[in-house]
Amino acid sequence: MTRKTARASTPPANGEQDPANVIRTEVEYKSFQSDEVSHTDLGLADDQLLDMYRNMLLQRRFEERAAQMYGKQKISGFLHLYIGQEAVSTGVANAMKIGEDSVITAYRDHGIALAMGMTSNECMAELFGKVDGCSKGKGGSMHFFSAEKRLFGGHGIVGGHIPVGVGIAFAHKYKEDGGVCICFFGDGAINQGSFHEAANLASLYKLPVVLVVENNEYAMGTAVHRASAETDLFKQATGYNMPGALADGMDVFDCYRAFSDHIAMARDNQPSLLEVRTYRYRGHSMSDPGKYRTKEEMENKKNADPIIRLKAYLVGHNLATNESLDVIDEDVKREVKASVEFAEKSPQPPLESIYEDVYAQKDYPFLK
Amino acid sequence: MAEMQFREALRAAMVEEMERDDTIFLMGEEVAEYDGAYKVSEGMLAQFGAKRVIDTPISENGFAGLGIGAALNGLRPIVEFMTWNFSFVAIDQLINNAAKIRYMSGGQFKVPIVFRGPNGAAGQLAATHNTSTESIYATFPGLKVVAPSNPDDAKGLLKSAIRDDDPVIFLESEVMFGWKGDVSEEKNYLIPIGKARIARQGDAVTIVGHSKSYWVAMKTAEMLAEDGIEAEVIDPRTIRPLDIDTILESIRKTNRCVIIDESNPFASISSEMTYQIQERAFDYLDAPIMRITAKDTPAPYAKNLMEYYMPSAQDAYDACRKVMYVD
Ligand SMILES: Cc1ncc(C[n+]2csc(CCOP(=O)(O)OP(=O)(O)O)c2C)c(N)n1
Repeated sequence: MTRKTARASTPPANGEQDPANVIRTEVEYKSFQSDEVSHTDLGLADDQLLDMYRNMLLQRRFEERAAQMYGKQKISGFLHLYIGQEAVSTGVANAMKIGEDSVITAYRDHGIALAMGMTSNECMAELFGKVDGCSKGKGGSMHFFSAEKRLFGGHGIVGGHIPVGVGIAFAHKYKEDGGVCICFFGDGAINQGSFHEAANLASLYKLPVVLVVENNEYAMGTAVHRASAETDLFKQATGYNMPGALADGMDVFDCYRAFSDHIAMARDNQPSLLEVRTYRYRGHSMSDPGKYRTKEEMENKKNADPIIRLKAYLVGHNLATNESLDVIDEDVKREVKASVEFAEKSPQPPLESIYEDVYAQKDYPFLK
Repeated sequence: MAEMQFREALRAAMVEEMERDDTIFLMGEEVAEYDGAYKVSEGMLAQFGAKRVIDTPISENGFAGLGIGAALNGLRPIVEFMTWNFSFVAIDQLINNAAKIRYMSGGQFKVPIVFRGPNGAAGQLAATHNTSTESIYATFPGLKVVAPSNPDDAKGLLKSAIRDDDPVIFLESEVMFGWKGDVSEEKNYLIPIGKARIARQGDAVTIVGHSKSYWVAMKTAEMLAEDGIEAEVIDPRTIRPLDIDTILESIRKTNRCVIIDESNPFASISSEMTYQIQERAFDYLDAPIMRITAKDTPAPYAKNLMEYYMPSAQDAYDACRKVMYVD
């Protein structure tokens, strides 16, 4: 299938941009969706595919459980669920070098954290505000961090982390460590000046960054066409003289391929803008019933569910049976359940820790 | 010791530190090819090259954030704001990112970055180019705020700021860039952040003044000396952390205090100092603390209004005599 969208389908050689891949106008482009290509075409091994399935399911079950725990008031604050978008996080985690490349994202960060290999225990404990949480209970849902995995946060100010992501890329290039930064933000964030400034700086300085707009069609209750004059968000790339492209965020094959291409470009110090069209099934956060969407729209989108799609592929290609996939699901549910127990048991942070990690020095003279 | 302008002392600090540690780089508007809007970075592009002395577009939010990301990922950026007035365009980066990421990440990430540039009034530039920002940034835990008054302190404190593992707001002054003073040439000349300087000894009244206000304080002390009144002058040098102990020690001796601060008065650093002093040394005070600040208005353009707007030595002199019940 070809569609009227655009992506640089192969990385440019020697850092030179292939003019055909610099998207200045719409071009015909072949996509890489799971009903059209095989996983081996994409260089994915059978086992890896099953891992991807497990991981997407883990994100889903983790968040379903988190929603339940929120209802029980075990979790407070904002809780923005990623349900529906799991193909994006899993796609990128398989395309990048975890621990060498860097990731920064907004507040909808549970999915990417789990995809990058952070444990359900540390993530659930963070949601519970416990000392074993990935940010020691100081960050909560919106602020998952892992120095080890190079997840530079979950960030709560819409668009505020985009320049930071470009700065992380700047340091990769400065240190010549070969790493790239993958910087995620939403369709709402693209209208912040910080996006514009960051994209311009990234292109001006030729930084190893992939700017990824996760277009899930809504910024809170505002549909993308009510916020952006140009709804093909990837086209904004032309304004920064960088490649821009579109991927199907509901299809993990297409995500994986798109991220692989764009990360390769970034390794050649070619920044780019990748739009992934995805969808969140839940409201913006737990307090949002999502009344701005119709039932039909929801049903349509659920038919495109990334997990069901991959399941169909696995079964259809005799890589798994429904039963063996059910076993994976049971295993994942057990893991998540155990993480709730872990989070329950983990102590609350000691009160003195309120003064820790504000400054480097231990004896900072706080007003007490 | 060598005689240096304030701007030369700042440059010397940056150059010495950049020679020592190649993860340090300088970025900002006009810092490189133009040699610095106020020539603080003159010659640095030639010495360090375009990798480490970097011109930016007029994108304060963007390059402040870029610096923070670079700091998170192992570098030590120095980000120059052409003036601190323009930092307001980047305030989200400073307050929501630089100040808070260490805390929110449970200490996993540090943000060793210096934001520096001219702060406060610089003649008749009117309201948008004339803001003292110390109390704004000092209110946020996670940031350190430094405001030196002379070239030697500027050098020693900037070197400390660059080596500090936390984000430092380093406030200079446009009118002071050309002022001269003796500066240490020692390579490891570090003045600790958080230590005030007793600039003049006296027992009649304590006058506190940082940055340019320090010079007003010294002038005031000279005027008082002509009356036979010996004032003690304290230059806090660092706004956060504030060396309140040194101020208190002086007040326990003089029992009187006047604070000079060119910020707008409402919720200013002088408000904070006043509160901390009464909280900790109320019993030692023989008179209410007085403060001399900028007027509680935006800065005007007209020469006479601007002079009236700024804290003056005459006003401080009158205040000192008042707290001593001389008049
Ligand atoms: C600067 C700023 N303005 C407003 C908000 C409140 N807010 C939080 S999320 C959000 C919607 C953002 O939508 P989008 O960027 O598309 O991300 P998504 O929620 O779809 O993942 C808004 C308005 C905020 N956190 N920061």
